Amino acid sequence: MAKKVLVLGETREGALRNVSFEAIAAAKKISGGGEVVGVLIGDAVEEFGAELVAYGADRVVTVEHPHLKSYTSDGYGQAFMAVVEQEKPEGLVFGHTAVGKDLAPKIASKLQAGLISDVTDIEGEGDDAVFIRPIFSGKAFEKVKLKDGIDFITVRANNIAPLERQERSGDVSSLSVDITNLRTIIKNVVRKSTEGVDLSEAKVIVAGGRGVKSTEGFEPLQELANLLGGAVGASRGACDADYCDYSLQIGQTGKVVTPDLYIAAGISGAIQHMAGMSNSKVIVAINKDPEANIFKVADYGIVGDLFDVIPMLTEEFKKVM
Amino acid sequence: MNIYVLVKRTFDTEEKIVVSGGKIQEDGAEFIINPYDEYAIEEAITVRDAHGGEVTVITIGNDEAEKQLRTALAMGADKAVLINTEDDVEEMDQFTSAYILAEYLKDKEADLILAGNVAIDGGSGQVGPRVADLLGINYVTTITSLSIDGEKVSIVRDIEGDAEELETSLPLLVTAQQGLNEPRYPSLPGIMKAKKKPLEELELDDLDIEEDDVEAKTETIEIYLPPKKAAGRILEGDLSNQVTELVGLLRNEAKVI
Ligand SMILES: Cc1cc2nc3c(=O)[nH]c(=O)nc-3n(C[C@H](O)[C@H](O)[C@H](O)COP(=O)(O)OP(=O)(O)OC[C@H]3O[C@@H](n4cnc5c(N)ncnc54)[C@H](O)[C@@H]3O)c2cc1C
Ligand SMILES: Cc1cc2nc3c(=O)[nH]c(=O)nc-3n(C[C@H](O)[C@H](O)[C@H](O)COP(=O)(O)OP(=O)(O)OC[C@H]3O[C@@H](n4cnc5c(N)ncnc54)[C@H](O)[C@@H]3O)c2cc1C
Repeated sequence: MAKKVLVLGETREGALRNVSFEAIAAAKKISGGGEVVGVLIGDAVEEFGAELVAYGADRVVTVEHPHLKSYTSDGYGQAFMAVVEQEKPEGLVFGHTAVGKDLAPKIASKLQAGLISDVTDIEGEGDDAVFIRPIFSGKAFEKVKLKDGIDFITVRANNIAPLERQERSGDVSSLSVDITNLRTIIKNVVRKSTEGVDLSEAKVIVAGGRGVKSTEGFEPLQELANLLGGAVGASRGACDADYCDYSLQIGQTGKVVTPDLYIAAGISGAIQHMAGMSNSKVIVAINKDPEANIFKVADYGIVGDLFDVIPMLTEEFKKVM
Repeated sequence: MNIYVLVKRTFDTEEKIVVSGGKIQEDGAEFIINPYDEYAIEEAITVRDAHGGEVTVITIGNDEAEKQLRTALAMGADKAVLINTEDDVEEMDQFTSAYILAEYLKDKEADLILAGNVAIDGGSGQVGPRVADLLGINYVTTITSLSIDGEKVSIVRDIEGDAEELETSLPLLVTAQQGLNEPRYPSLPGIMKAKKKPLEELELDDLDIEEDDVEAKTETIEIYLPPKKAAGRILEGDLSNQVTELVGLLRNEAKVI
């Protein structure tokens, strides 16, 4: 059966997030030839509608309201449920982002629906779609399906390939919703993450551990990351030692990332760190200690001092890129 | 203040995962309190010590979860509730868990409910928000700071690394993120006292829940381990040759740059 599937589009720094395009690709599969409808919620989001269409949405519904400037589960919950009532979808796809993780369980609860979170792959299409997700911090995987009712998933960034961008046309309509009774008031957001490439969506990550030894020690890593269009990450060892902010932490208690290339410098490879990066496509380890655990998951390893190796790598990439 | 903490028993983070007969093998594995739930317990105790009241820890599980509940009591919680589903339900999912927890909590007039933001085994992060929605109360996820002044609650929450400051009110459910506090270790006197603290055991019947009400909405078809990676290559030779070789491999063999 062809299904109608809604996709929540999210923006960051004035542009749609990649994970939203990936969510559209996932929705296409679930729809089995049905309709994919983008949903945009905010105070001024209409301008992003055309871009969702270019990435595969058939049309877009926007909900705009001054109370939707910042995300709150109440505000977005009311807005999204109004779209659900209008559209009566058979499937829903959100990104497994801060917003998606917070909102999806609420919507699932209101719809008395199942929800499959943090999906990294989809097998089959339409009614036969089966969802793959990591469990036990990536040490195992499960294949899950929804028994009946609405197909509702959140997708992990960087795992499901987006569709190719095309010039297409699709309707962008607005739905007016009265947003009332917000129980949470957002006062302020203190920016701690770095500008530019979003760590959870980065294709290349250069991560440093306690071996980086200081805040300044992260500079060569940042330089390499900039050159490769990537982002800098860190182990908890480096964060605990105050070499960098916790917003960079990767692992079981930090961010879970799956870039194409993960370069681990001065990171020993504790199991809790691996929980956040072991599913990266290619892993490079740079460590002084040939016995370091990180070499067990690395595709390529260099035994050496990161302060020699990283600048040499940067120079070598400059030559060939 | 009437405080509840949702606690899940999970595999120790260091545990190796073995799958046999389509299931994760539990024999011989070490179990712990889900690390995020430890933050939740610590915060609950701190709030109680500042504002008075009582901390009740609740888990859904089998007899073996009593150990984790005793640990929470030894940390300083006052009471524990084990909702034992072993004889009643075979398949559970997040809908099931949230429904059962909400049925237990619905007439408890909780002021504050704390949960972990995610369980490190199942990993969905759904249970907290679902419980709050079923109870009709507000929730705030991934919090790193909590202060309560009368009905007013000030919170800092982690949003993908940035810190969001917000205000809300009780009753409220929050989910804990790393950074909220440093969970205490149970003291020896704490462990002694915990043995005498009340631990109530309930079954679905006691909550007037029919098995049909809690039938899972999702179905796990298969559990498997990730394919074993071929052993990686440690490069050799002169360091500058290694670097040149690595760049070549990343471009031509792995094709990621
Ligand atoms: C419940 C729990 C949750 C946790 N969550 C996380 C998490 O989310 N993320 C995380 O990362 N950790 C986490 N940890 C911590 C984890 O167990 C490790 O302590 C941490 O990952 C170690 O960080 P590290 O590898 O940087 O430091 P170390 O283990 O100290 O390793 C430093 C490495 O640098 C190498 N080195 C030193 N100098 C150089 C040099 N000049 N050049 C090259 N190599 C050098 C050393 O040989 C060593 O291998 C968690 C722990 C627990 C108990
Ligand atoms: C008897 C039994 C049978 C099960 N059968 C299946 C099965 O067939 N298929 C399957 O996929 N899963 C099964 N499970 C696992 C279970 O459905 C999930 O682990 C559970 O729904 C929680 O989801 P989660 O791990 O994603 O937790 P999350 O939503 O990530 O947990 C977030 C927070 O919610 C709270 N929480 C979560 N679980 C509990 C709990 N049990 N008690 C108290 N608080 C909790 C904690 O505070 C936790 O930090 C079974 C579990 C039990 C006990």
